[in-house]
Amino acid sequence: MMLIDPHAHMISRTTDDYQAMAEAGVVAVIEPAFWLGQPRTFVGTYVDYLSSIVGFERFRAGQFGIRHYCTVGLNSKEANNEELAEGVMEWLPRFALKEGVVAIGEIGYDEQTPLEDKYFRLQLELAKELNLPVMIHTPHRDKKRGTTRSMDVCEEHGIDPSMVIIDHNNEETAAETLQRGYWAGFTIYPSTKMGNVRMVELLKQYGGERIIVDSACDWGISDCLGVAKTAHLALESGISKEIVHKVCYQNALDAYGQSGQMDEQDWLNPPAIDQRTLFEGNTILRGGREPHIEEPAERSAKKLIIE
Amino acid sequence: MLRQQFGGGNTVSETPEQLLERWVLAQSKDGAPWFAQQLDLLSLSIKERDLHIFLGLAPRRLGKADLILSSQDMKAADSALPGWQPDGWSIDGAARVLGLLRFKGARPFAEIFKDLRRTSDAAEMIALYRGLPLYPAPEALDFEVGEGLRSNLVPVFEAIAHRNPFARDVFDQHRWNHMILKSLFINVALAPVVGLKERANPELARILVDFAKERWAAGRPLAPEHWISVAPYRHDPSVKADLDAAISDGNLTEEALQ
Repeated sequence: MMLIDPHAHMISRTTDDYQAMAEAGVVAVIEPAFWLGQPRTFVGTYVDYLSSIVGFERFRAGQFGIRHYCTVGLNSKEANNEELAEGVMEWLPRFALKEGVVAIGEIGYDEQTPLEDKYFRLQLELAKELNLPVMIHTPHRDKKRGTTRSMDVCEEHGIDPSMVIIDHNNEETAAETLQRGYWAGFTIYPSTKMGNVRMVELLKQYGGERIIVDSACDWGISDCLGVAKTAHLALESGISKEIVHKVCYQNALDAYGQSGQMDEQDWLNPPAIDQRTLFEGNTILRGGREPHIEEPAERSAKKLIIE
Repeated sequence: MLRQQFGGGNTVSETPEQLLERWVLAQSKDGAPWFAQQLDLLSLSIKERDLHIFLGLAPRRLGKADLILSSQDMKAADSALPGWQPDGWSIDGAARVLGLLRFKGARPFAEIFKDLRRTSDAAEMIALYRGLPLYPAPEALDFEVGEGLRSNLVPVFEAIAHRNPFARDVFDQHRWNHMILKSLFINVALAPVVGLKERANPELARILVDFAKERWAAGRPLAPEHWISVAPYRHDPSVKADLDAAISDGNLTEEALQ
């Protein structure tokens, strides 16, 4: 089973994680630009971060047979530093047309301040101008109202809901997001966002239309196998293969493929130049090895020999 | 840095720019009119935004397929610029280099290049560095070249080290030696390095022999290519004793040093 994790902050993850994801069937990841767990204080560090996610991280993923895409944007937290925000906004258009940039994101609200609102709107305009999809981070606090407001503002700017992925949905926001015609992302993130047992219940209720499962694995306690484990749990719970395929692969491809920068052929039949330089090929696609989901504990200290 | 001339030039041959333009126009199909129009625009424009948009759109409009070059094309490339081997370039990469060369701009080339490099995606960075031997004022790119060689992206390093005469023609001895040493260290092939034999030197031989001793101590293998730059200095006093000892210890054979 081929899987896509359309929200993964791989820059914070180890090579073990890449290996485990590849073995579990992940063929592509999308790395949304976000903060790094603490705010940046110089525009230059933000520029170098964007340069990393369009450059080195792509290469790093390729070494494990995983295709790496990203979204670029000024996140809601750092939008509150006006000096930084102004600087980032100057550089952002230069990154939006890089290879593998599949959306403007993740943008939206954190504490729903006027500055967050200002830069959210400016970036919606940028996405519209460049005809790129938008990935929206919905706030952790005051979530329901923040989610509604995010969609209201998109519509105010004339953005088609089919070009917008509303991420980090939960049981309280799912119905409205889907009803209004948006893609609904669900983040399988232990403790704070969504567990996969709950996710399976949501799939039973809503089916697979426009629902996207992701892990949002980052520097916090999170699970890079969130998509793979949810896919397996869903299948075991009697959800159909078609629905699992949609929510763990096809919908993400359809939503972000609207950028023109993400195509199934990228991993099934990559261009020769990519094969030579940026992409080692997926072991599962190459050799048909059975997907294997590794538990972190298997990276055992008992394996004594380091060569 | 020094600029050395190797090989002979041919006065009637096309320039590298002319070759790139001919190849890209012939192979970019539907994108050709757009490309021709962009080249005209860039040759007049001083707005860097025009260049950024062109660089961003090039793979979208022209595709990322390999340039298909005949043996005649390769001969023409070598006549235009001795040692230049553009097979393995992609259409969009060639177009990007040509667009950059044509761009009029208002700032010195090296400053424009620096900004492009620091905001480039991987494929773009590879193209930028492959174009090195075609750019004006190579001395001014000294720092940028160093950044490329220090890159952790192997294909970026290879864009400088492989099939590219820039290193042979421009690098000082220290930089040359460290490019060869890093290649061996990260398992980058040496056969495609232009000027490998011409630029061999006793200091590099000494560095490589020391490196070999580290590998033997660690029980790790050495690439056969390790000895290409050592062989001419087999009997140099700085390495002779070590090489003799390695042979008598069974780590090395005289044949490997031929």
